[in-house]
Amino acid sequence: MARRDTLSVVLIGISGLLLAAAVFFTFTVPTAQRETGGDVQRIFYFHVGIAWVAGLALLVTFAASILYLARGEQRQHDIIAHASVEIGVVFGVMVIASGMLWARPVWNTWWTWDPRLTTTAISLFIYVAYLMLRGAIDDPQRRARFAAVYAIIFFASVPITYFATTWWNTIHPNLAEGGAFALTSSMRPAMFLSLAAFTLIYVVLLRARMHVEQTADEVAVLKQHMLSQ
Amino acid sequence: MRDYFRKAWAIVAKDLTTEVRSKDMLSSMGAFAALVIFVFAFAFDLRAARAAAIVAPGVLWVVIVFAGMLGLNRSLAAEFDRGSFDGLRLAPIDRSAIFVGKALGNFVFMSAVEAIVLPMLAATLNLPFLKPMILVAMLLGTIGFAGVGTLLATMAANTRLRDVLLPILMLPVALPAILAAVRVTAGALDDAPFELWGNWLGLLAAYDLVLGGLAVLTFEYILED
Repeated sequence: MARRDTLSVVLIGISGLLLAAAVFFTFTVPTAQRETGGDVQRIFYFHVGIAWVAGLALLVTFAASILYLARGEQRQHDIIAHASVEIGVVFGVMVIASGMLWARPVWNTWWTWDPRLTTTAISLFIYVAYLMLRGAIDDPQRRARFAAVYAIIFFASVPITYFATTWWNTIHPNLAEGGAFALTSSMRPAMFLSLAAFTLIYVVLLRARMHVEQTADEVAVLKQHMLSQ
Repeated sequence: MRDYFRKAWAIVAKDLTTEVRSKDMLSSMGAFAALVIFVFAFAFDLRAARAAAIVAPGVLWVVIVFAGMLGLNRSLAAEFDRGSFDGLRLAPIDRSAIFVGKALGNFVFMSAVEAIVLPMLAATLNLPFLKPMILVAMLLGTIGFAGVGTLLATMAANTRLRDVLLPILMLPVALPAILAAVRVTAGALDDAPFELWGNWLGLLAAYDLVLGGLAVLTFEYILED
């Protein structure tokens, strides 16, 4: 970062501290019951935090895309939508990877076509396609408009993924249902610290990614300026 | 309202006339569909007792989806290649009427190909495909596929990658519809009780309504140039 961005430095510092605290609590809460995987269950705190950020990032893209079409196509909204999808896709891959690490010892398989897993994979592919669509269009205005339409129509995949554990019979643990997977009071510090840490990391990444895009815009303007002289 | 559909129908009539004269799309989609059935017949080892019945619903829908994407690409690429899309854009009609017209045309072409594919599959796999519920699934599946596909093919035709991009945009989005359609087809083929797979028919109808409606509403943003 060429310009001094004090806020970003502060946010990085706080999210680092929160993450360290989350790691501390994750490894000090009493071991979970055998059926939830024993020590392997500890990955749950990160899995949920990451999944939350993936959903949040795609929700932000959805909102920014609506604003882009409704508020006279401002470049700022397109930048937010694009930056947020990139983070959402990276975190989507991380959700699946962390889930697999847990599923292997507990379900005895890396992957199964459970409704939650299937809907997660479909959503991920939808947003990878979004990035490919953007990459294939040169005209910036058309790129932004097509991407906004695509992001608005197919955002439906995200709430469907979220509610998959409620709507269908699934073997994926559902926190809201209680039972062996219920959030007990001893688990809360690790859970909430992890959620807070990953949310802040999302904010930091979003700001950084938007900054890159804005700088690229400035460079393009300067280039035009230089060439026209 | 009546006027709206008259204008949309004019676009369908134009596409049908072009097709009757050139026979470009139906011949390529039909030949492609027949070849995919051939490839499947050899790619899958169908020696096991019920193997044909197990793969049949999947084969049917893979053929429909693949042949459909071929037709969708052609239908919109042709408009942009000839520059005739600018003519449509300049016409004094609602932007969504262009979408409805193009989607209806694609629906007709896909249905025509399905009318060839279904008896072919019934004959080669020796299975009773002509069941009312399978036809309902094909009707609903084709509506959804033509609707979403027309929107995405219009986008794809306006990119650098052109027709290469359509499958990448289309397949993840079409997956829920394919899944539901395959379940309905399998349930009907096996004569399983309706309660076991009736929900999937509902999902298919909901898919058509939600995505079709959103496509009609957002299509104008893709044409705005």
